[in-house]
Amino acid sequence: MVNGKMVDLSTNIGALELRNPVMTASGTFGYGLEFEDFVDLSKLGGIVVKGTTLKPREGNSYPRMVETASGMLNCVGLQNKGVDYFCENIYPKVKDIKTNVIVNVSGSAIEDYAECARRIGELDNIPAIELNISCPNVRQGGMAFGVTCEGAASVVRAVRKAYPKTLIVKLSPNVTDIAEIARAVEAEGADAVSLINTLMGMAIDVEKRKKILSIGTGGLSGPAVKPVALRMVYQVAKAVKIPVVGLGGIMSATDAVEFLLAGASAVEIGTANFIDPAVTVKVVKGIENYLQRHGFQSVRDIIGAVE
Amino acid sequence: MKKEILDLRVTHSESVGTGCVFLKAVPVEGSLPECQPGQFAQLMVDGPGVFLRRPISIHDVEGNEISFLVQVVGEGTRWLGSLKVGDIVNTVLPLGRGFCFGGEKREERGERNELSGEGAGVSSIHDSYSTLRQEDIISLFSPLSSLYNKRPILIGGGVGVAPLLFLGKRLKAKGIQPTFLLGARTKEQLLRLDAFREVGEVLVTTEDGSMGERGFVTQHSSLFSSLSPLHIYTCGPSPMMKAVARLAREKGWPCEVSLENRMACGVGACLCCVEDTTTGNRCVCTDGPVFNINDLKW
Repeated sequence: MVNGKMVDLSTNIGALELRNPVMTASGTFGYGLEFEDFVDLSKLGGIVVKGTTLKPREGNSYPRMVETASGMLNCVGLQNKGVDYFCENIYPKVKDIKTNVIVNVSGSAIEDYAECARRIGELDNIPAIELNISCPNVRQGGMAFGVTCEGAASVVRAVRKAYPKTLIVKLSPNVTDIAEIARAVEAEGADAVSLINTLMGMAIDVEKRKKILSIGTGGLSGPAVKPVALRMVYQVAKAVKIPVVGLGGIMSATDAVEFLLAGASAVEIGTANFIDPAVTVKVVKGIENYLQRHGFQSVRDIIGAVE
Repeated sequence: MKKEILDLRVTHSESVGTGCVFLKAVPVEGSLPECQPGQFAQLMVDGPGVFLRRPISIHDVEGNEISFLVQVVGEGTRWLGSLKVGDIVNTVLPLGRGFCFGGEKREERGERNELSGEGAGVSSIHDSYSTLRQEDIISLFSPLSSLYNKRPILIGGGVGVAPLLFLGKRLKAKGIQPTFLLGARTKEQLLRLDAFREVGEVLVTTEDGSMGERGFVTQHSSLFSSLSPLHIYTCGPSPMMKAVARLAREKGWPCEVSLENRMACGVGACLCCVEDTTTGNRCVCTDGPVFNINDLKW
């Protein structure tokens, strides 16, 4: 509290109101329900659920994960039961969670993205989607769309026509200039961008002289990527007018505040959930403490406030 | 079963076998949540070069004290193995689905991870105990009965013996006498034999013949008598479990195995630890670590 007053943690991503800036990153928090024993989900700004595709996907073979210095590589490859399964079996279980439940929509063809988004758009209690044009672990589509301005624009254009609610586009860091991709999706009507998805990496078992991951490469996440993510969030926030959601290696409230100062209107916490399943609520509390300690009345006061 | 994040205080640390550490710990505050044999805990490693938690089988629970067997294989397990009495280790538990054994409520196993799939595998779980008749139970204690007929055999190799002690104790508490068949390369590598002997009969194989029968667990004479065990439970190196599973399948014995695929989250969120099953990729951390062999493509 500042002089006895509560600080205001609320923020927004376009028309989407968040009670605080802390959301969870897709693929790291399941459907939220997996973490109910650890976290009061209503204390979060939002939950971005697993990547969902039009058709079911088995994902890549095992091994899918390698621990690395301050992080991990994964090549899960968008394993999910498809949008029909989500609508029929999972939506009924998550629709009453008292926070913004956002679906990460993935695909490998433009029509699939648009159709999947349209189906999710019919669900009353899903106020937004995060469009994943940046998954490094699927052979067709995925990141391929996200690494060129034309590719990114073409997916967003098709999805924008099919999806009227808040559209967040998740960007790949595996590009030469992320700001230009951000501008391209902004021009097609994206309401916000989120970044970064994982950085493409690799690991080799020297004893066996073989690649460890089943598909050879994977996406790097965790604190190892944070400085890269922070730099990109800063660049993109300067380049576009739409809100930016920052993610990449956030482990603590201090990390989250860095992203807010760099220009993010909200943050997503991903890999840290694996280390501390209750980290999200601790980050919310820590941001509140930071604001109180520095005499800010609202989290909005620190968005982009880096000098 | 509610999962909890708990700080545990180490109450006992002892080197056992070769490069293995037997740890006991109690919650710093409050009490342990209810744990089942075959479940595991995710232990936080606060050491250099380690990022993820380490999934460790629950070796035993006695009152408010839990124990683990940690085989030192890398930096994470080295740190866990170096814990001293009084040290604190942050733990998430209990995780996963344990072994299926007599009297267990079926509903508990009924709800598989429905979020990632449609409750697969449940139908094929053999509850061999449901077919156990009263005379079978009597025969378990009859000196005239065959030693291994209608008894569960718990087959462990290396540090894979860990969850079998807890399972054996729970079986014994239900009046079902477990037989342990434990294997290692040499007798020095056998772990906590005395603790197992307190719970049931212990049969041993060593590859060098330094104790028990020479060879692999799957070559032990007990498995080749004309009578059949009630149930096989196994945990150990993957080639050993596959050999046990093959034998069980040939003989038509119900068999459960405990897998240890590399995992990150431990709660079914990241989908890294999947096993390719008859119903597709399933998380070892939530649909397992214990699987009926009928659900596996082994």
